[in-house]
Amino acid sequence: MSAERSLDAEIGEILPRPQRLNAFGRALRHKGVIFGAMILALMIIVALAAPLLGTSNPTKIDPTCRNKGPNVECVTRNDAGQRVPVMHWMGTDSLGRDVYSRVIYGARVSLMVGISVAAIAIAIGLVIGLVAGYFRWLDAIVMRLMDGLMAIPGILLAIALVAVWRAGLPAVILAIVVPEIPRVVRLVRSVVLTIREEPYVEAAISVGTPTPLILIRHVLPNTLAPLIVQGTYICASAMLVEAILSFLGIGIPPETPSWGNIMAEGRTLFRVTPHNILFPGIFLGLSVLAVNILGDGLRDTLDPRLSNRV
Amino acid sequence: MTATPPVLEITDLAIRLPAGSDRTRAVDGVSLSVKPGEIVCLVGESGSGKSVIAHSVLGLLPRALTAERGSVRLEGEDVLAASPDRLRALRCTRMSMVFQEPMTALNPVMSCGRQIDEVLQEHTRLDAQQRRTKILEIMAQVRLPEPERLIDTYPHQLSGGQRQRIMIAMALILEPVLLIADEPTTALDVTTQAQILSLIRDLQRQRGTGVLFITHDFGVVAEIADRVAVLQHGKLVELGETSQVLRAPVHPYTKMLIASVPSMIPRHRDAIAPGEPVLRTEKLTKTYSTTGFFQAARVVRAADDVTLSVGRGETLGIVGESGSGKSTVARCIARLIDPSSGAIYLHRDEIGQLSRARLRRHRKRVQIVFQDPYRSLNPRRSVGASIIEGPMNYGLTHDAALARARQLMETVKLDPAALDRFPHEFSGGQRQRICIARALAMEPDLLIADEAVSALDVSVQAQVLDLLDHIRKTLALAMLFITHDLRVAAQVCDRVAVMHRGKVVEYGPVGQIFGDPQHAHTRELFAAAPGRGYAFGVAPAQK
Repeated sequence: MSAERSLDAEIGEILPRPQRLNAFGRALRHKGVIFGAMILALMIIVALAAPLLGTSNPTKIDPTCRNKGPNVECVTRNDAGQRVPVMHWMGTDSLGRDVYSRVIYGARVSLMVGISVAAIAIAIGLVIGLVAGYFRWLDAIVMRLMDGLMAIPGILLAIALVAVWRAGLPAVILAIVVPEIPRVVRLVRSVVLTIREEPYVEAAISVGTPTPLILIRHVLPNTLAPLIVQGTYICASAMLVEAILSFLGIGIPPETPSWGNIMAEGRTLFRVTPHNILFPGIFLGLSVLAVNILGDGLRDTLDPRLSNRV
Repeated sequence: MTATPPVLEITDLAIRLPAGSDRTRAVDGVSLSVKPGEIVCLVGESGSGKSVIAHSVLGLLPRALTAERGSVRLEGEDVLAASPDRLRALRCTRMSMVFQEPMTALNPVMSCGRQIDEVLQEHTRLDAQQRRTKILEIMAQVRLPEPERLIDTYPHQLSGGQRQRIMIAMALILEPVLLIADEPTTALDVTTQAQILSLIRDLQRQRGTGVLFITHDFGVVAEIADRVAVLQHGKLVELGETSQVLRAPVHPYTKMLIASVPSMIPRHRDAIAPGEPVLRTEKLTKTYSTTGFFQAARVVRAADDVTLSVGRGETLGIVGESGSGKSTVARCIARLIDPSSGAIYLHRDEIGQLSRARLRRHRKRVQIVFQDPYRSLNPRRSVGASIIEGPMNYGLTHDAALARARQLMETVKLDPAALDRFPHEFSGGQRQRICIARALAMEPDLLIADEAVSALDVSVQAQVLDLLDHIRKTLALAMLFITHDLRVAAQVCDRVAVMHRGKVVEYGPVGQIFGDPQHAHTRELFAAAPGRGYAFGVAPAQK
């Protein structure tokens, strides 16, 4: 270990100095990052352009066309009362709704939950973590609170929230955010604890920089790289938890399509019409995989501790 | 010259660096040999390739570095061509290595005895009882007290010197013909260093081991080497008998290096006009207490009743070993930590007990330059932004602060146009100059240099010391100079305070302390300082 260190120190003098500022540039050339980002971008485009992708109304029930397999055409009445043929690429569910349209619209919910949970958890966790890490006297209190939060299971919290509030996107997001915050706080705090001992922070103190500025200028930038990486993992797990909640019927109300909802719907007739679970499952799996690959790529390139050396 | 064949013979070794490095080869055409019972010192500044040579002998080079040509022969066997299995068999039995950092080179979750035992298990067929006897024997030989007790201790329970002894025991237990020591005493205090050096010397003489000793410190070279090889940018520039190279170097680079080593003889300094001190501490004390549920609170007095004063244009040195409390004093004065009791007067204002909010007004009057030039600048901010941060905190406009920064860059002899570059584009010495500029931008009354030159190569160290002294003179600054290096203290200080276990044990003019040390600890420090027999710091006589 030490042998490596002294050798590294020596080679470090000869080799070009590590270009830390280029980490984001390197990230953009990493295969995993490119692959994950492309799939994720595709999902976002699909979600945003849902009405344009040849879908029909995802909530429209057609009793004459229930539990059909993929690639079946049914004739139905449109809003004007005319009889038109509708192509069901992914079949229909037990109420005769078009699974393809539901899956495409469902992407909105999943991505919405994933991205907003990651953003909210990071925003709240960052502030708490910075404060807890920098002000030692607050640390013990805040961290015990966080330990308490961590003990709350997301699914039970969701049930409680639905019971006192009403089922919907905000309840789901809140239920998933709460247990994620302590993880972000711990991460930020650990970075702050090492950075606050750096001589450049002490130098900033001795030239009279006010504490909030020290936190923002000198400490915060060091937490960004690990936070972005953590954010992708939170995003992936939030998408999964949302699907689980909806599958259990305590997440998004059944009329709004979400991947978890669609799968819950298809559960009873799984043997007859497996496509009801198969297609949303593929989309969910692919999105979570893409986000995780993106996260791994970002970790390799942004987190200096794990990046490749000489 | 005797006819004994060398244990190590390096011939025309060249090691290629990956593309994009500062130079194409880490080591370029180096030839040297180590005979049995001989200590050859490999000296050079950082980046000279000395560690690369050591690692190539052991076959420990990272994959990115490949030997381009040349050979490394251990008792005639080419190590560069040896298979990984053969290398593993050779390590410890025929050649072994002692590293710089004994704490990280030892496994923290294995007892010291078991770590030595590992070597025996791997390379010998002795049974458990025989191995234990052998371990106790070698532990006694490296002069560890109570081997029976220490055999079951873990590395963190030992002192730095004891850990290094364990490393040496591990390296020598199989009686290798070659020992490679890579800066083995750099992380240790001078008194410990002296003991380890004499230990290596004695063991090596008894056993006739050849030693390749890597160091950057000419004092250590003077203490231990039979022959010296000087490396510059991967090339061997000078090779010869120690006294020859140290007293009458031939190559200009060696001359420059030796002239840069500060002398132990204090430099003559003009007397300081007596006046009111800029800084005065009175019975400054900092205690740390550990409280546990199950044990009585332990109180450590990191600084104990420290009373000092520094006047305008004067440099006060605080010297001491690690843990002596010298940095604690500096950090209390800069109010980076809060003193437990006692007073700190800046001119007439007491700042030791002020609250953080009321302290703000006085902050700018005391500035500090830290040891590690790589960590004392925020890597994400341009050096300009780092320098103007302080003045702008105290209300200077951006443009005025920038103008001051440009001026200061000239003061520290750097290009003012470099202000928008980032710290990683500068060398260690340049960064330290930037840190000095940042401190000066506050127009302080007192500048604290906390081991500010300890991490620098000797040639760079000499330049930074000159710069600091020049600044002190021209700006009539009061300077507090914290160092563990007596040579440095001799060159820059007017007065010196020697600290030991939190207390100032000796305090007086530099000439008096260096000429006639009174306290036992001071004497011990002087006795341990390596290379006293040589006059460094003066241009060696021309041949």
